[in-house]
Amino acid sequence: MTIKFDRFELANGLRVLVHEDPSTPMAIVNVLYDVGARDEDPRKTGFAHLFEHLMFGGSVNIDDFETPLQLAGGENNAYTTNDFTNYYIQLPAENIETAFWLESDRMLSLAFSEKSLEVQRKVVMEEFKEHYINKPYGDAWFKLRELVYLQHPYRWMTIGSELRHIEEVKLDDVRQFFFKYYRPVNAILVVAGKVTTRQVRELAEKWFGDIPSGEKYVRQLPREPRQEAARRLEVRADVPLDALYKCYPMASRTEKGYYVADLITEVLGSGTSSRLHQALVKEKKLFSQIECHHTGSVDPGLVVVEGKLIKGVRMEDADRAVEEELEKMRAAPVTEKELTKVKNKTESAIVFEDMSVMNRANSLAIYELLGDANLMNTELDKYKAISAEDMLETSREIFDHRNSNTLYYYSEK
Amino acid sequence: MSKAMVVKSGNRLNRKVAPPVKDAREFELELPPYVRHSLSNGVEVYAIDLGKVDAMMVSWIFDAGNSYETGKGIAAAVNSLLRNGTSARKAFDISEHFDYYGAYLNRACHHETAELTLHCLNQHIRELVPVVAELLTESVYPEEELAIYKKNAQQRLQVNLKKSDFVAGRLIDSYLFGAEHPYGRYNMPEDYQALGREELVQFYRKHYQHGACRIIAAGKLPADLIPLLEKYFGALPLGEPAVGAAVPEFLIRPAGQKKYRVTNDPDGVQGSIRIARNFPNRHHPDFQRVQVLNNVFGGFFGSRLMNNIREDKGYTYGIYSYLVNNRQESAWMISTEAGKEVCEPTIEEVYKEMNLLREELIDEEELEMARNFAIGSVLGDLDGPFHVASRWKSILLNGLDENYFREGVRIVKTITPEELRELAVRWLDPAEFFELVVV
Repeated sequence: MTIKFDRFELANGLRVLVHEDPSTPMAIVNVLYDVGARDEDPRKTGFAHLFEHLMFGGSVNIDDFETPLQLAGGENNAYTTNDFTNYYIQLPAENIETAFWLESDRMLSLAFSEKSLEVQRKVVMEEFKEHYINKPYGDAWFKLRELVYLQHPYRWMTIGSELRHIEEVKLDDVRQFFFKYYRPVNAILVVAGKVTTRQVRELAEKWFGDIPSGEKYVRQLPREPRQEAARRLEVRADVPLDALYKCYPMASRTEKGYYVADLITEVLGSGTSSRLHQALVKEKKLFSQIECHHTGSVDPGLVVVEGKLIKGVRMEDADRAVEEELEKMRAAPVTEKELTKVKNKTESAIVFEDMSVMNRANSLAIYELLGDANLMNTELDKYKAISAEDMLETSREIFDHRNSNTLYYYSEK
Repeated sequence: MSKAMVVKSGNRLNRKVAPPVKDAREFELELPPYVRHSLSNGVEVYAIDLGKVDAMMVSWIFDAGNSYETGKGIAAAVNSLLRNGTSARKAFDISEHFDYYGAYLNRACHHETAELTLHCLNQHIRELVPVVAELLTESVYPEEELAIYKKNAQQRLQVNLKKSDFVAGRLIDSYLFGAEHPYGRYNMPEDYQALGREELVQFYRKHYQHGACRIIAAGKLPADLIPLLEKYFGALPLGEPAVGAAVPEFLIRPAGQKKYRVTNDPDGVQGSIRIARNFPNRHHPDFQRVQVLNNVFGGFFGSRLMNNIREDKGYTYGIYSYLVNNRQESAWMISTEAGKEVCEPTIEEVYKEMNLLREELIDEEELEMARNFAIGSVLGDLDGPFHVASRWKSILLNGLDENYFREGVRIVKTITPEELRELAVRWLDPAEFFELVVV
């Protein structure tokens, strides 16, 4: 199904996309800012995400973001990734102007309240503890990112590399960050649902038109040098089971290799008919669970294999068994049946994801960020064009042993 | 505030004033109806034909939850292993069949019911329904699959037992309902060890092969769906699901002690706080009225608990309260993870908020916010066939009908601050609540 949309730009550089869907009573207002954790100073990590919290702490003309939105029957949330920051509101279409009023005012300027910063620092520190300290294996990804990325800022997690960085944030940092990145010229507005392009154009001009454009942020990040030799790391922690993690660098989001790698991870590790599950959980009984996925990032990402070992299995044996499966991907092409299977799965995943108007709005914003919102409509064809030969060739590149990054996460007890 | 108009002074926009909004009470909310079909054997199919995408879901819901089991963990194991072997296919072949067509086949086991749910593109439904029928009639529960399940489930449990939120969730349910009640009972690693194939097969025979079943289908449904279901399920020896007095009920024995502090991990940096009381089920006239009170208290981001404990004090990443989705008896639960050193102040603030609701009337703006939020979220939730199906599922499984939905909307639109205070006096007495912190 083709996702139709209209696109225009305001004089201040704000890109606006409209996706009309009269079948829903709701409207979605999605604002994506082209800044994520990768744009942070290595000494001030976790900032983009903390900043996202501060976007709810009052703007220059509106001291409370939540109350008026809830009065309009709306809900909202936001998330930060290594690549970008996205805010979205869902509300009854009749009340859409409330969303324009709120989003435009916080793009105009925040209130920069000391109290909000003080509280959100604590909230984010609790979030850090809840997800990464107070959870078994919660620190594994901090270690893996540092193992794999030596130069590129994917080296740290969105939450930040340490609690101290969050503790030390000053209001002045917040102000500078806002006026550098949160400008119309660095933002994408997507409006979807029971709306018309004409109506959105008027509302966008009215509410966003007079916001100063700002300076276009031109990203210049260090490129990750090509990996030359296998890397490994061992940790011991108070966890109940040994765990194995393996990461291999892959293509960036818009390269063909991305789509091929996506299908490779499907063959290997998605669902109970996947190769790793069948061979290592069911037949060899080395793992109680194992999966293969990729980080899906805009800049070159990672293919990841992670699994928990059956008690009593030696780490080296488990690792060797995983490598044997990866070696098979390099030795012979996948069967036609496997290829059809992963393509069917991909098609179905796209259809189900696009059923929600909120997901469609979010995807349009992300594809616009990648360079062309219409990529959303050509994705499936790219997957369909992939051959077993492509899979073989890309597997040979990715799973070259010199590209491997292995973490042995041992249970101390 | 909500009725204010945008005032333009000259050409400048007045950003201080909110645009006008349509009030929640003006929205008409209708739950799109289902069409009910009966198969020859009496199994009922509730069909919700909505949407414009050629995709659908079918859910087979059996009276096969843990209320029916004769030993701990049997119902969940039987449900989980439904796709791990039939007389004709091995586990791998079953997985590969559903994966090949890009379908999702999920299992879920609850207290009263257990289900098998298929999501697929319409074009593949004819290849998939026959295999679902095979799983529900020909599963064999191979010893080897059971052995893998036991081992892996134990290992998963060991990891979960290291998490304070998981441990807190189990303990609070056992205080509320008693450790013997299906709602309060929980597994230890050795319970998995005790599972035997013969018991599983017997449970399967009784509660699936000869079980009580209803089917819910939703999406842009193909014209031949009902004949297809008739062909594969209409002749099976399935009965009608239990309703009303026929639903098994177990004695609820809440714990005598109210306050608990548990150390699960001496190095933990956060405490999982659960504060909860027993609460009647959806048939009680206060249930939907309390849902409005709960919205104000801790039901959404703009609630009092969130504003006080997260947005003012920064003690937690999030705090919520909710009525537990149980059929026999519910519970009113407050749940949060807070820094170890601020757990006690957090609990104090929760009680403070209860008392405020008992003492003072909620002001009009706050109530309007809670009303509008509730209406907005129902409106959003009625969007699309799967959301509508899940509303209907909750209504049907709880033995209710569309009047429950209408009544809920009416309550949201009309309940008064006085009624809410009265409800708070009745149901938010801190002395009635269990209190638990797991670090």
